[in-house]
Amino acid sequence: MLSSEFLAVFYGALMALAIIVYAVLDGYDLGVGILLPFKNKQQADTMISSIGPFWDANETWLVLAVGLALIAFPLAHSVILQALYLPVALMLLGLILRGVAFDFRAKAKTKYQDTWDFSFKIGSILTAFSQGFMLGLYVMSFEKSVESYGFAILSGFGVVAAYALIGSAWLIMKTTGQLQRKAVNWCKKTNIIAACGVIAVSAVNPLINDFVAAKWFDLNESLILLPIPVLCMILFVIQNTLLSSFDDAEDILKSWRPFAIATSIFLLCFSGLLHSFYPYVVPNQLTIYESLADPSALTFMLYGVIVVVPAIIGYTLFSYRVFWGKTQALSYY
Amino acid sequence: MLDTLLLSRIQFATNISFHILFPTISIALAWFLVFFKVRYVQTKQPVWLRAYRFWVKIFALTFALGVVSGITMSFQFGTNWPGFMERIGNIAGPLLGYEVLTAFFMEATFLGIMLFGMKRVSPAVHTFSTVVVAIGTTISAFWILSLNSWMQTPVGYEIIDGVFYPKDWFAIIFNPSFGYRLSHMLLASGITASFLIAGISAYRLLKNDHKHAPKLTLKVALTVAMVLTPLQAFVGDLHGLNTFEHQPQKVAAMEGVWETEKGAPLLLFAVPDEANRKNHFELAIPNLASLILTHELDGEIKGLNEFKNAHPPVKPVFYGFRVMVGLGLFMIFVAALARVTLWKHKVLPVWQLKLLVVMTFSGWIATLAGWYVTEIGRQPYMVQGLVRIDELVTQVPSEHVLYTLIGYISVYAILLAAYIKTLFYTADKAVEVEEYELNPPMRGEQYA
Repeated sequence: MLSSEFLAVFYGALMALAIIVYAVLDGYDLGVGILLPFKNKQQADTMISSIGPFWDANETWLVLAVGLALIAFPLAHSVILQALYLPVALMLLGLILRGVAFDFRAKAKTKYQDTWDFSFKIGSILTAFSQGFMLGLYVMSFEKSVESYGFAILSGFGVVAAYALIGSAWLIMKTTGQLQRKAVNWCKKTNIIAACGVIAVSAVNPLINDFVAAKWFDLNESLILLPIPVLCMILFVIQNTLLSSFDDAEDILKSWRPFAIATSIFLLCFSGLLHSFYPYVVPNQLTIYESLADPSALTFMLYGVIVVVPAIIGYTLFSYRVFWGKTQALSYY
Repeated sequence: MLDTLLLSRIQFATNISFHILFPTISIALAWFLVFFKVRYVQTKQPVWLRAYRFWVKIFALTFALGVVSGITMSFQFGTNWPGFMERIGNIAGPLLGYEVLTAFFMEATFLGIMLFGMKRVSPAVHTFSTVVVAIGTTISAFWILSLNSWMQTPVGYEIIDGVFYPKDWFAIIFNPSFGYRLSHMLLASGITASFLIAGISAYRLLKNDHKHAPKLTLKVALTVAMVLTPLQAFVGDLHGLNTFEHQPQKVAAMEGVWETEKGAPLLLFAVPDEANRKNHFELAIPNLASLILTHELDGEIKGLNEFKNAHPPVKPVFYGFRVMVGLGLFMIFVAALARVTLWKHKVLPVWQLKLLVVMTFSGWIATLAGWYVTEIGRQPYMVQGLVRIDELVTQVPSEHVLYTLIGYISVYAILLAAYIKTLFYTADKAVEVEEYELNPPMRGEQYA
């Protein structure tokens, strides 16, 4: 049996990995859903085809993240989920709507198709917004106040914009021609909105959270923390410059850059949050050490994790290699 | 009034009832797809690929519904039953964790390749992906049923201050009712999927679909159904004996036995009355229940009165059991009749085709009835004999649970209607399609 300190850090890190992989992967497919146009069926089809082989596996990272919270930090899991009861239900309805709409729209090419497209878009927006809302409440330590809900709503819009950003960057990579030009425009707009969002969160976070503020204004800590928003801003500027001079890129190798930049911004923001809150899993209430489950049960699971997680990463990469390149028409085989 | 506990129970029951419908189909349908694909590889006859491509669409839809409703379940542990994880999380957690790690990712990733990758990977890799998806669905069932069985027949644990700690993982995973429950569920899935395939194929034949594929899938499905339905009766009986050994109060509710008695009769029908602790309108076969459960004509069956305040509500368990067994027996009969008719005359008469269409979703009804028997039969406990369900419920205000319950029920009702409609719509479309359009795609071929 391994020591609880090690297990807490190990499962905390694994959960962090699951969350960030989820945010990037499901982020881009939710983003594609958020951007789905109603008027242009052909473009809508191509956009949905681009995420067809992946969305299901992307969503599994959410199940893993929640599952790990449940297994490794059961106390935190129940505090967080009870505090977020309604937004969680809203997110689930969103996930249900978009998940099934995806399959229904491909099969019911009738009068219902518009309804399913609408459900897909609404479901994606609902999911992204409630995730942002939950993130906002989390940052506010689940405080029940007007300011706290105001911040959560702001954060909800921020996440919708961030997912639209990474979704449009994904489309730049996976499409060509008119749709790609459209995606460049979306990406430019959402890039600016997301940049404002990052500034807002960075400003508000230390103001409302003493624990975070103490970290941010401690000299040693700030040496690690300060470069994060600075780097983020540099990336937003680079993204903007790149997109302004973007011409048609048929070659997937030339069109992957906006996606790489968006992914880096996600990684930076997330590591900033992570560093601000560590070692708390419920802000100001519970640390990963205090809420850890029984070490022997976690040791039992650890062997599985060590064998299986590399395999998961391996076949995920394989699947992305199989579907590498520009998206083709959607067809089930 | 409606309190959080009752509403949470209704909500969980609604969710699990909706969720179970889809894995029940997809576990076995995945193996049917493997069979169609392998036959195509062996024989190179395009008809097998047509069968595959028709059913893979339905599989994709079924799988998606299973995934989204499954995610809902995983959140509800935390939102509505926080006590569940606080008390038995050390045991339930790793089992659920292993399901996500060993099944979910594998299914979801290879499903992408299976559905959209036929033109992008070699035939061997595609067949391999199909097999991996089928293995994944079965592994999922393995872990979920392991946890569920453990909650029915808990072993291998110790309790310190009300919290469960694992002592012997092998004993926990392979607990005393696990083998019966897993085989019962896998067979239920096989039967549900084969009646679904038979029903939809019969529907296409009734719509004058003269292509070879629906005839072939009808034959395959009826053959499987003819083999699995009697096998299920046999396994179900063994499962019943196991339940009699470990959960006698559940069996007493299933059989409607109030007083402990020797030589208990088998009640074909009755109206149990829990307030007066007796049955009305009994239609019984003497001594048969004792004979079935104890293999002795005057064997003793413990009555519900021995478990006052700790036995399940009788009516749902009693009726659920009769629905499951009655429908099961009828399915044995229909499968055998249709398969033998097909064997003798090569075609089915219209009335038999219609009967099969009516029975398209009979597997769902039998499975749900069976789940109600086993899950309601565990009440009032969450973990049999150890943890009562009312100890675990959330502190969330009851209105919140009510709102979300209404939300779930509305969405689920719409989705269920849409699912069934889409199945028949897909069948209608397949009737219209000419066979030449369904030639196998070549590797690297481009589609407009």
